[in-house]
Amino acid sequence: MDLVQLQRQLVDYRTSLYHEGFLDEQFTQLQSLQDENNPDFVVEVVSLFFEDSERLLNELSKALEQQVIDFKRMDAQVHQLKGSSSSIGAHRVQKLCIVFRNYCEAQNVEGCLKCLQQVKHEYGIIKTKLESMFQLEQQILNAGGSIPV
Amino acid sequence: MDSCNCIEPQWPPDDLLMKYQYISDFFIALAYFSIPLELIYFVKKSAVFPYRWVLVQFGAFIVLCGATHLINLWTFTMHTRTVAMVMTTAKVFTAVVSCATALMLVHIIPDLLSVKTRELFLKNKAAELDREMGLIRTQEETGRHVRMLTHEIRSTLDRHTILKTTLVELGRTLALEECALWMPTRTGLELQLSYTLRQQNPVGYTVPIHLPVINQVFSSSHAVKISPNCPVARIRPAGKYMPGEVVAVRVPLLHLSNFQINDWPELSTKRYALMVLMLPSDSARQWHVHELELVEVVADQVAVALSHAAILEESMRARDLLMEQNVALDLARREAETAIRARNDFLAVMNHEMRTPMHAIIALSSLLQETELTPEQRLMVETILKSSNLLSTLINDVLDLSRLEDGSLQLDLGTFNLFAVFREVLNLIKPIASVKKLHVSLNLAPDLPEYAIGDEKHLMQTILNVVGNAVKFSKEGSISITAIVAKSELLRDSRTPEFFPVPSDNHFYLRVQVKDSGVGISPQDIPKLFTKFAQTQSMATRNSGGSGLGLAICKRFVNLMEGHIWIESDGLGKGCTAIFMVKLGIPERLNEPKLPFMPKVPTNHGPTAFPGLKVLVMDENGVSRMVTKGLLVHLGCDVTMVSSSEECLHVVSHEHKVVFMDVCVPGMDGYEVAIRINEKFTKRHERPIIVALTGNTDKVTKENCMRVGMDGVILKPVSLDKMRSVLTDLLEHRVLLEAI
Repeated sequence: MDLVQLQRQLVDYRTSLYHEGFLDEQFTQLQSLQDENNPDFVVEVVSLFFEDSERLLNELSKALEQQVIDFKRMDAQVHQLKGSSSSIGAHRVQKLCIVFRNYCEAQNVEGCLKCLQQVKHEYGIIKTKLESMFQLEQQILNAGGSIPV
Repeated sequence: MDSCNCIEPQWPPDDLLMKYQYISDFFIALAYFSIPLELIYFVKKSAVFPYRWVLVQFGAFIVLCGATHLINLWTFTMHTRTVAMVMTTAKVFTAVVSCATALMLVHIIPDLLSVKTRELFLKNKAAELDREMGLIRTQEETGRHVRMLTHEIRSTLDRHTILKTTLVELGRTLALEECALWMPTRTGLELQLSYTLRQQNPVGYTVPIHLPVINQVFSSSHAVKISPNCPVARIRPAGKYMPGEVVAVRVPLLHLSNFQINDWPELSTKRYALMVLMLPSDSARQWHVHELELVEVVADQVAVALSHAAILEESMRARDLLMEQNVALDLARREAETAIRARNDFLAVMNHEMRTPMHAIIALSSLLQETELTPEQRLMVETILKSSNLLSTLINDVLDLSRLEDGSLQLDLGTFNLFAVFREVLNLIKPIASVKKLHVSLNLAPDLPEYAIGDEKHLMQTILNVVGNAVKFSKEGSISITAIVAKSELLRDSRTPEFFPVPSDNHFYLRVQVKDSGVGISPQDIPKLFTKFAQTQSMATRNSGGSGLGLAICKRFVNLMEGHIWIESDGLGKGCTAIFMVKLGIPERLNEPKLPFMPKVPTNHGPTAFPGLKVLVMDENGVSRMVTKGLLVHLGCDVTMVSSSEECLHVVSHEHKVVFMDVCVPGMDGYEVAIRINEKFTKRHERPIIVALTGNTDKVTKENCMRVGMDGVILKPVSLDKMRSVLTDLLEHRVLLEAI
């Protein structure tokens, strides 16, 4: 594909992400922070998010498998996840985290489990989508173009 | 003889009698002919004679009479009838004419007589006119003398010259023997001989003023003739036979106070001098009316001239007095200026000279305190430190006060955090209060603006002083500090009727009330409280220290801030309340009263709005930490990241201007960090601005943040614009703060 098409595809893809509620304006903010001093800012942040989230999700899974569930700790972790997701604009994940926290406060194990699954699911989706987006961007960069904002 | 028709004369011509008749007739005829000639001659000479035709008639009569007598000559001898005829004719004519003349003379003679009477009348009139001319001339002469005298008198404004001139001129004009002036003495009971004409040195006679003759003279405005024997006239050497007549006249002495605007002074309040004029002895001269009038006029003129002279003297004296006073005032002013300059020089020198050793003492004593000391040594060092601190405070107070009084102390206006001021006062006073087991409480009104414009340092000094006093003079109990915004009803406090503050749109009045339950103050001591160096006797703790300047300085500051300070007490042992009101400005950038959530305000700043700003970010969440860092880096800040509170406290330094910390993770006490940071940095300008990042928007979080002394709260996630505006706001306020 040629450059223009790539760029258009990227834009469309991004727009769809916003439309579908996967990302919110925070992601735009992130992108606006990227400049020639910080060319890979977004990628770095998102990568960090992936790392962090995976870690947290693992921990949450483990915690829920315990006999005695430490809701407080889980709450803290979910809070963390919520924070991270809101920082990069992963809208759906953030929303789910709020619900998750409510369940944690209510000490509702079932609810927590269910929520965890949902979070994992959403996280998977957003991860895939973001990775695709980054691939597209990389393609554009390789083709010598610039990433449209 | 009949032939000649002659007439024989009666008598023979040779008779002697006839001869005599003949001769007489001849001479009569001669005379009769010469009279008309004379008459014609003299009439011709005088043109005025009105009766010419009478003369002609008379002439004719005479001529005819002459002719008759002439013809009679011929009748002495034999004469013809013709001669007789001529003779008869002549006689007839003569008869006619003489009868006519006689008849006419009846008419004429009365006329001639009346001419004579008229002539007499005219001569009388001429004599009378001559007399009157003489009088007028005399009067004119008198008037001239008066004018000249007046001119002489009024040409000078010197009292003595006026009087001397008067006497001299009068003496000359009227050819007086002696002329004297008697002036009333100070007491007004006597007349003293002040000036005389002939005697150069009056011997200073005095006569009592209430003599009848003097009263007589004083009561009339005319010159009065007095007896030469009365006391005022007996001033010339005796020994003359007939002393000349003496006249005395009053001379009104007009005082300045007599010149009313609307009415002339009453006669009864006038003071008079007496002028006595004596005609030469043995001259039999009399005082004429015109001379008396002259004297009266002169006396009045003298009065006016004297009053003018008096006014002039008075004004000269006043002017001299003013000049003296001016000189004295000038001198006093110069002395005062010198004194002030000397004092300022002294203060300037002392300011530096006193502070340097003090600084050395305090610094070295503090250092000494840090070393190993025995308990006694420690006690000694502590005492040294305490005393030198007291001394340093005293020096500062005195210098401040003198600068305040000079008016050279200006308020350092700036925007500052009002709440922070109160908090700091509280922090400073808490240790002492807790040692004395006093409970200190602070109430800030909800509508009290957080930021205000004013002199932060001095406001804090004032509050600290007042609160310090409350603590100093309370042995037990509690101290409450209340700060509110003074409303209009409260502004007109009945206890301070002279204080009328007027709130306006960009100012408000801060009312601070410090109530303690200490020893109280008795009502009579309250006015003295704000006096310099005055300490009340009834203060239970006499050794409480302090110079007594504290409240005086507070009062000066409060006045400078256009406010008012006063103290109320119910009496000894009943505690007291100190209240003050100061005028503070409201900053233009209106922040919300509590710690706000910064609204999204679009700004026009460029991306690197804060170049090089050292910032510390504390967040456990790596992602959000990174995002925050990215934001700040994008804005040009120099970002240090920490992920835990210990690390934060370790890393934070005075270089970091702002600290962003995440406070919403439960279990991690970001508030604790804030408190510790507050404690670590005692000086406010070194302390970084602390901003909380939180996902919670609830009230609890806000309050907690405010409680621990954070400067701002931001809701996560934070956009670039929001971060930019937040930093701008905070740094603006801080920049102003640093200017103090």
